[in-house]
Amino acid sequence: MDDVIIGLEIHVQLNRLQSKMFCGCSTAYHDSLPNSHTCPVCLGLPGSLPVINKKAVEYGIKVGLALNCKIEEETLFYRKNYYYPDLPKGFQISQYDYPLATKGHIMILGDNGAERNIRINRAHMEEDPGRLVHAGTIDKAKYTMVDYNRCGMPLLEVVTEPDLCSPKEARVFLDKLKSILDYLDVFDGTQEGSMRIDANISLKGGDRSEVKNITGFKGVEKALSYEITRQKNLQRRNIKVVQETRHFDELRNITVSIRSKVGAHDYRYFPECDLAVMRIAPWVPAIRAELPELPDVKRERFVNQYSLADDHAKSLTSEIKLANFYEAVAARAAPKLAAVWIADVLKGELNYRDLGIESFREEHMAEIVQMLEQSKISEDGAVQIIRTLLDRIGIEIDGSPSKIVQELGLCKAEDDAVQKAVREAVAESAAAVADYKAGSERALNFVVGLVMKKTRGKADAGEVHRLVKEEVEKA
Amino acid sequence: MLSELKDRLKAESCEEYLCRLFEKIEKSSLNAFTTLAKESALKEARLFDKNPGRGLLAGVPIAIKGSISTKGIETNCSSRILRGYIPPYDAHVIERLKAEGAIIMGKTNMDEFAMGTSTETSCFGPTKNPWDRACVPGGSSGGSAAVVAGGEAPCSLGSDTGGSVRCPASFCGIVGLKPTYGLVSRYGLVAYANSLEQIGPLTHTVEDTALLMEAISGHDERDSTSAEGARHSYLPGLEDGVAGLKIGIPKEYFGEGVNKDVEKAVWEAIATLESLGASWQEISLPHTRYALAAYYVIAMSEASSNLARFDGLRYGSRQIEDKDWHTTFSEIRAKGFGPEVKRRIMLGTYALSAGYYGRYYLKALQVRTLIKEDFLCAFKDVDLLASPTMPIPAFKIGERINDPLSLYMADVFTVPINLAGVPAISVPCGFAGHLPVGLQLIGPHFGEAAVLRAAQAFEAATPFHEAKPEVI
Repeated sequence: MDDVIIGLEIHVQLNRLQSKMFCGCSTAYHDSLPNSHTCPVCLGLPGSLPVINKKAVEYGIKVGLALNCKIEEETLFYRKNYYYPDLPKGFQISQYDYPLATKGHIMILGDNGAERNIRINRAHMEEDPGRLVHAGTIDKAKYTMVDYNRCGMPLLEVVTEPDLCSPKEARVFLDKLKSILDYLDVFDGTQEGSMRIDANISLKGGDRSEVKNITGFKGVEKALSYEITRQKNLQRRNIKVVQETRHFDELRNITVSIRSKVGAHDYRYFPECDLAVMRIAPWVPAIRAELPELPDVKRERFVNQYSLADDHAKSLTSEIKLANFYEAVAARAAPKLAAVWIADVLKGELNYRDLGIESFREEHMAEIVQMLEQSKISEDGAVQIIRTLLDRIGIEIDGSPSKIVQELGLCKAEDDAVQKAVREAVAESAAAVADYKAGSERALNFVVGLVMKKTRGKADAGEVHRLVKEEVEKA
Repeated sequence: MLSELKDRLKAESCEEYLCRLFEKIEKSSLNAFTTLAKESALKEARLFDKNPGRGLLAGVPIAIKGSISTKGIETNCSSRILRGYIPPYDAHVIERLKAEGAIIMGKTNMDEFAMGTSTETSCFGPTKNPWDRACVPGGSSGGSAAVVAGGEAPCSLGSDTGGSVRCPASFCGIVGLKPTYGLVSRYGLVAYANSLEQIGPLTHTVEDTALLMEAISGHDERDSTSAEGARHSYLPGLEDGVAGLKIGIPKEYFGEGVNKDVEKAVWEAIATLESLGASWQEISLPHTRYALAAYYVIAMSEASSNLARFDGLRYGSRQIEDKDWHTTFSEIRAKGFGPEVKRRIMLGTYALSAGYYGRYYLKALQVRTLIKEDFLCAFKDVDLLASPTMPIPAFKIGERINDPLSLYMADVFTVPINLAGVPAISVPCGFAGHLPVGLQLIGPHFGEAAVLRAAQAFEAATPFHEAKPEVI
């Protein structure tokens, strides 16, 4: 698919911040009534004025640095003027010239299996508009309601160069970006609408279309695949692809035209005089010093330090919490074995239950790996322990792995010892066996006593009785 | 004036005083108030009578321009589009006034969204000049000036984007100050051109202006353009006089286009200051002739964006049937804005458009820098500048309203001050016929103390502030 050219604009809510971009309203609006997280500033009431949330700019710089961008000496805000009901001031405070960060890049694994360098054009800060809730679909709604709770949420817009070659690559890029944002602790991807993507796509030689406001990564992949088919079909029929903005209809998995570039907006950008120019260069050294180890570096270290397979290292470093979990386990148990069990088994079990890594305790995983290492439990047994622990979340049962081993009799080594003692005892007690076979139930008690002696009383008497009976009957 | 009033209010009754004012306002033909907060004001007055506070402005009634946000009191900027808008919050200056014990009387008439020089573009019709009811009071804070000159309120607040406090002060024969940009918080001032405007007092005397400035100035973290630092005090040293003061006379502010009587009164005022110990010299502000063009490009550009929020969706008037979004909000705006506001929105939109931005807005910003440098350069040699506030006295209602250019031209001596961000005061300095003339004293950035001191010395030596229009 080397004839496909894709560029992305990703709007990331910096929702780990406590307050909005230009006012003191809380960012935790998701479970609140519509329009309850608002004030004169984010509602744009006449006379209200914005004040920059410095922490938001710091977060922006952090992301810029992680994307290998150049951070500008000075940055300033502009007004982007357009009319829309979700935009209470009739303009959005955004950036234009002198954005926070420019000219960066990140590496992704390309479709051809080789690392590809994807250039970042810029990253700039802006405020989120409110949210429109249509009564029905966007094109047929009878009325629309506006919720301004989202208004003024700090947004970082990351713009790539058109370096992506397929919908799958776009997806891989987004996964990588999300992983970096996760490491920086600036973004919580679990909140609805926290990342929205505009995708520009064209076929070589054709005009591009822009699919706006896609919310999921799967959505991006689907929308882009649809666009490729649509544009190819047009080309095949010798119809020119027009430059236009399209909307992705998630229910129907298609894109629909919302406006052509002929009536394109002139946003009349000009500087926001209510805000001062910010000299941010002096902030950079301290922010850089606090940058955490990022996914690529961590992955490489995992490969070297723990001798992990690249796949496992990649899987374990996709989320910072998972990577930290792994390292805590690897400190107590065989690192390679731990990697296999966390990446291949635990992750799958968690995904199946829609749980995060925080649902599983490090010491439990360490214990399981240790038992595997010492062949105390079988692989099936380990899986069973993991499932049992996950099933018991929220139930007040002491659920340490060793307890579960006992409860479920999963201890491989001990079973063997009892079995062996039973076989020996039966072989050594020919007379008692004969008596039993002659009808004396009580004759077995002698054999059980012998087993108990051999296992130094560690075995369960009832269980031993059952095993002896089985062995005698076989004989 | 206000200090005596404060004593009187304590000795007598604030409620009675306020009742007399409201009675006068209700009979008035000035059309200067648009909204009265009678009930809340009288309630405050009764509280004061029971237990007089000790704030700087304890018990003092004050009128507020219709563009300054007042919690619970309609704030409509004399525009149809904002009729019925009752803000849920107080502007910073209102919080300050209340903290100092002042009583908000109501809101005054203005040019719609402060766009004008005559208060004629108001949706409530023009305010009349107390000195001659056939004349305009100036603008855009015409209501705020007329209520003070006409004895309907002892003092008021206006806002000055290109002369909107000083022009009506000059036309109505009272004192009006445009503070240094950043000295008074703009939080709660409905924006017309946000990089230019400041809230300022309108009063009978210089001392009253100093008193109000003590109350309303100072840092506010909600306004990012608000200057840092401790609050200033303007009353101490107010009487220190002008001995040794060097006054610059900008030659571009005299001569062609200036009314002869106005020019004469201003020169006499300069002579008075000289007699009090100041000296003067001619100086030049060479970029003055580009100021009007730069001002209107910047102001209209900013206005086109500032006024975009008025779409009738969240507040203000919306009396038409809903259609699709663009049609509905276009109709609301077409009905809600007056012709002058529409003109400025359209010109500003044009100036900011792709392809024109560099030619107009950016160019205007460059001119603005040059004008600011003119002032910085002048203040290397002199302490203050003196000029007419307006080149003309108040003109007749209706005389210029259909000739926007001639109206814009009248702002020629006031707009450069806003472009430079420096402070300037207008004080009464005589008459052109029966109409008052204002002397403009301009100081360097944050030079309010010097400006007020010189104005105070002039006022003390002259009788003009005592002249009152005939009360009908």
